[in-house]
Amino acid sequence: MKESSKLAMISTVASLAVSVLVGISTTAMAADAIRIGEINHYKRMAAFAEPYKNGVELALSEINEAGGVIGQPLEFIYRDDQGKPGEAIKIAEELVNREEVAMITGSILSNVGLALSSFAAEKKVIYLAAEPLADGLVWEKGNDYTFRLRSSTYMQAAMLAEQAAKTDAIKYATIAPNYAYGKDAVAAFKKALLALKPEVEFVTEQWPAVFKIDAGAEVQALERAKPDAIYNVTFGGDLAKFVREGTTRGLFEGRQVYGLLTGEPEYLEPLADEAPEGWVVTGYPWYDFEDGPNRVFVDAYLAAYDESPKIGSLVGYMTAQSIAAAIGRAGSLETEKLRQAFIGLEVDTPVGLITYREQDHQSTMGAFVGTTTVRDGGGVMVDWTYRDGANYLPSDEEVARMRPASQ
Amino acid sequence: MGLFIAQLLTGLANAATLFLVASGLSLIFGVTRIVNFAHGSFYMLGAFVGYSLMQVLPGAVGFWASVLLTGLIVGLIGVIVEMLVLRPVYRAPELFQLVATFGVILVIQDLTLMIWGAEDVLGPRAPGLKGIVRIMDEPVPTYDLALIALTPFVLFALWYLISRTRLGVLVRAATQDREMVAALGVNQAWLFTGVFFLGAGMAGLGGAIQLPKGGADLLMDFNILAAIFVVVVIGGMGSLPGAYIAAVLISVLNVFGVSYLPQSTLVLMFVVMAVVLTIRPYGLLGREEVVGEHGQVGEPERPIKPASGRARMMVGVLLVLLLALPMTGSHFLVILITDIIIFCLFAASLHFLLGLGGLVSFGHAAFFGGGAYVAGLLVIHAEAPMELAFLLAPLGAGLLAVIIGWLCLRLTGVYFAMLTLAMAQLLWSLVFQWDEFTGGDDGLVDVWPAGWLSEANSYFYFTAIVGVGGIILLRHIAHSPFGYALRASRDSQRQAEATGINTKRIQWMAFTLAGAMAGVAGALFVFSKGSVFPNEMEIAKSFDGLIVVFLGGVKTLSGGVVGAATLELVKDYLTRFEYWRLALGLLIIAVVVLAPYGIVGSFRKLFDRYRQPSEPETVAAESRQ
Amino acid sequence: MTGNEDTAVLSVIDLSKSFGGIHALNDVSFEVARGELLALIGPNGAGKTTCFNMLMGQLKPTRGNVYLHGEKITGRQPRRIWRKGVGRTFQITGTYQSMTVIENIQMALISHHRRLYSLRPYATHLYRDQAMRLLELVGMPEQAERACAILAYGDLKRLELAIALCHEPTLLLMDEPTAGMAPRERIGLMQLTADIVSERNVSVLFTEHDMDVVFTHAHRIMVLNRGELIANGSVEEIRNDPLVQEVYLGGGSVFAASDGHA
Repeated sequence: MKESSKLAMISTVASLAVSVLVGISTTAMAADAIRIGEINHYKRMAAFAEPYKNGVELALSEINEAGGVIGQPLEFIYRDDQGKPGEAIKIAEELVNREEVAMITGSILSNVGLALSSFAAEKKVIYLAAEPLADGLVWEKGNDYTFRLRSSTYMQAAMLAEQAAKTDAIKYATIAPNYAYGKDAVAAFKKALLALKPEVEFVTEQWPAVFKIDAGAEVQALERAKPDAIYNVTFGGDLAKFVREGTTRGLFEGRQVYGLLTGEPEYLEPLADEAPEGWVVTGYPWYDFEDGPNRVFVDAYLAAYDESPKIGSLVGYMTAQSIAAAIGRAGSLETEKLRQAFIGLEVDTPVGLITYREQDHQSTMGAFVGTTTVRDGGGVMVDWTYRDGANYLPSDEEVARMRPASQ
Repeated sequence: MGLFIAQLLTGLANAATLFLVASGLSLIFGVTRIVNFAHGSFYMLGAFVGYSLMQVLPGAVGFWASVLLTGLIVGLIGVIVEMLVLRPVYRAPELFQLVATFGVILVIQDLTLMIWGAEDVLGPRAPGLKGIVRIMDEPVPTYDLALIALTPFVLFALWYLISRTRLGVLVRAATQDREMVAALGVNQAWLFTGVFFLGAGMAGLGGAIQLPKGGADLLMDFNILAAIFVVVVIGGMGSLPGAYIAAVLISVLNVFGVSYLPQSTLVLMFVVMAVVLTIRPYGLLGREEVVGEHGQVGEPERPIKPASGRARMMVGVLLVLLLALPMTGSHFLVILITDIIIFCLFAASLHFLLGLGGLVSFGHAAFFGGGAYVAGLLVIHAEAPMELAFLLAPLGAGLLAVIIGWLCLRLTGVYFAMLTLAMAQLLWSLVFQWDEFTGGDDGLVDVWPAGWLSEANSYFYFTAIVGVGGIILLRHIAHSPFGYALRASRDSQRQAEATGINTKRIQWMAFTLAGAMAGVAGALFVFSKGSVFPNEMEIAKSFDGLIVVFLGGVKTLSGGVVGAATLELVKDYLTRFEYWRLALGLLIIAVVVLAPYGIVGSFRKLFDRYRQPSEPETVAAESRQ
Repeated sequence: MTGNEDTAVLSVIDLSKSFGGIHALNDVSFEVARGELLALIGPNGAGKTTCFNMLMGQLKPTRGNVYLHGEKITGRQPRRIWRKGVGRTFQITGTYQSMTVIENIQMALISHHRRLYSLRPYATHLYRDQAMRLLELVGMPEQAERACAILAYGDLKRLELAIALCHEPTLLLMDEPTAGMAPRERIGLMQLTADIVSERNVSVLFTEHDMDVVFTHAHRIMVLNRGELIANGSVEEIRNDPLVQEVYLGGGSVFAASDGHA
């Protein structure tokens, strides 16, 4: 038995030795490159993270071909956080302290984004939240060091509410995954729609567990409430099941449906010819750009990867663009200078000029709103327009009220 | 009325997949006693394989042929898994096999990603069954009706196989008494392989048959896992009719839950499970577990002894080295080791319960997360100073453990494990759903330590003192009369009770202590990360704990800590590679196969062989088994 | 009341147990006197173990009462009855496999001294001398540090006896103490038990299959058949009781000197 404790000790020592080795074997980086830490759910959400990474890489190759920023090449270090906030924090620590990255970016999931944002404020590191949609990131839980690129849940819901207010529908039903994002999305839609059309009534709210939808039951429950229109926030596999059951059981007949994010290729493409017809959605109609910067980006992407771009590709591209622009403006990698550079930063992107607002660090990137239809055996958006995000944000007073005073 | 019937039919149709997958799990458990975590992976494979076959085979015949072929193919994959991974470890300590099945999950996840890609796949619709029929004016999809008709047929076929064929008789006999079957001259290994084929095949069928109602994606494996465990437990482990009744019960209740209590979708099934197990502790049609059936596999644990002077000195040197870590100047190493110490404390608390108490909890993360949330909530809502929050966290977690322990300790063995799982899930859904208070999925953020600990190095010292102190405390308690009484209650409850030991109370106190110590780990965690999210108390976190305790060695005192430290380090290294899950899965399987007594246990065996080439006592022990 | 309180250690009155409709034990009454070595015999299924389990609290009787030194202990939990000074050994041994031989005894001593909830190490140093004396008493001191898991069966039985003596019981209940032992071991163990009875003034109630053992050591014998007590008397009385002979299948063979098989 004495041996056992000794052996336990030996194995512990061995473990420590391994840890030291890991410590020493830090990959030697090209000394002159500017490094950016990129933390994402590459395995857990591979279908979303890969196009995003492709977008980043495309932008980086363009930036570096043009000579980099402030005379140095720009480089991203990609790390997988398994979709766990705690793991993301650990990796952020490592990236900041060992890889000496200039700033961090990444995450798709809102909770990981919120954890990284809190980390950024505590450790005084810049974090550009590229994809997470949670409104809290820039408002209730906003801080000086966090900036957000993509148009938030609130902005996209407000765009759909604007469309909804133009119709005669009074009785609305909602269906959203049973977690923070779904709840935010329903609350934002309700708020925006009621502001525009106070007589609207919400007859039922359905909350399937995320990725565990019981689609048949949800469709029956919605049908029971006899709404005039339906607001859908489900996505991914849940959306596919919901659309299929709803179509089979005739739920969508004679009803206008609004789908948050439903038009994004990530969600629309897997539905193929079963994509819903006539839903009003936010998304990314890359296939219909005729010219201009949008088309240039799509062509470059198709040429580089031989696969169609997703919304994530665009966001990834714009993320790298934004960071390059901020560093260029700051002329330095010092955190405080970078922070100042991000405030009010203007970036020329495929969707047009966007600005990182001073009041809440939210960029004015907008979204495409259109109607779904099936074309050549696949779902597409038609009659779409690009809505500038700047027009779908709450008033400055309201933002100031929501956002904690900066330190 | 029409709606009611339509809803009932929806529930029955949903029960089909659930039953098919759960019946496979139930069969495998009933005969082999293996808790097959990888069952969800067979289901996922079924969906992807079925999808691919349906692309090739046309028409209605092709569709149904694809479904059957899928069952066959996934069944064969199950056979490969059983022969390569599980056969070598049947003689390992009980439940050790679940570590192997966890490795299988990781391998299948990455292989599926490699073969089918990352995008979700929409299942093809069943030819000829795309439409609806109207029943009392309510639309009902024809495919739903097909599923409803099919399930009892499958149940009957299985029932026939089990109760009317020779194979079935052997399977049933093996469920009752494995040694008996072996004594009858039946090759037990092939019987187990056969059952695995059948069980995995059923999961594959389930995956294929749900395609027209959904599709295939990479999250399916974990998403169905909790549900099928619930079905198997409610129905009674090993009972096929029980699994059917439970699948119908859960599915039908869920449909009505969706309509009348839309927010209930997360918790409903766990509430049902908790209620059923409270009334019928062994499930609806389950039988009481034979006493002594568990904990009797493999060699008994060896007596423990106080650490020798040399061992103590080594620990001392190690601690000094640990405390000198910040001097290396590697900030990241400090952070990494902080994380590892926290995880080690969590593992040590679970090991205390599992190793010393023989109480296999599948829901220990409830207390880790519970501690973290108690601390976080106090800081956020009561603006408590960090020090106070930190002190109250273990108390909060301990209180949770008092309640959950009281409820769960009325059961034993796998049923105890399952009830802890259900309780942890209930707590998780509470945290997940009550966003006004807990922040829901968006968690609690900005929970940073007090100023004097805000530096990574000072927090590291704090963690090292509290964490290592906690581990040493647990080790001391293992040597205390209480620790001995806990082991006595595990070794022979009858003897313990007959010599004045209140075994239930001892176990209850151990459960509480383990919960409180996990709470300390949780509190250390929340202040090191500045935030906590519901994933810190979800099933995967509990499984992480189980894996490291088994990997380290259940029947050794230091197994939990060694397993945790090793796995965290390996993970930190491997996650830098693209297919790290495949690598980690293979590594886990390799350890399981090569070191069936865990890392520490197998090292010890190796050491013994080296020290004493012949060990007559071991022979005596084995001959008595 | 329980009758003669001066001498009766244990009084059993009308003890009955039925499982469903089957009467496992029917109105059994007897007493155990101080310092008595009392055997309870009967064919398989006669109700001996059922009776024992009710005496020790593992089973609740359907009817009837058990008194220990005049105090009613019917239906109390085993650990409470143990605390009142009743020791027990089992037909199938139930020792702590993960502990050493001496630790098995120390565990019972810790329980006896009510130190179970102490969190201070090291339990393995507590009551060591006392445990060693008990081991010496049962004749296995050299085995103290061996793992219990590798003990021979006969040694396990002796260990159980040592454990049962930890709290200096006034009554010892031994269920088949010599089952599965070699003949020489049986005699040794029963001689040991008889010595303990005479030296410590302990009463022993035991069940036994081996008539040789019973007739050699028992002071008195009770015979149980189909849940009924059919005879109760001295060794000579029982030997010659025709009813008992009938129960044991005209059992001259049984009552002849046994060759010791179980």
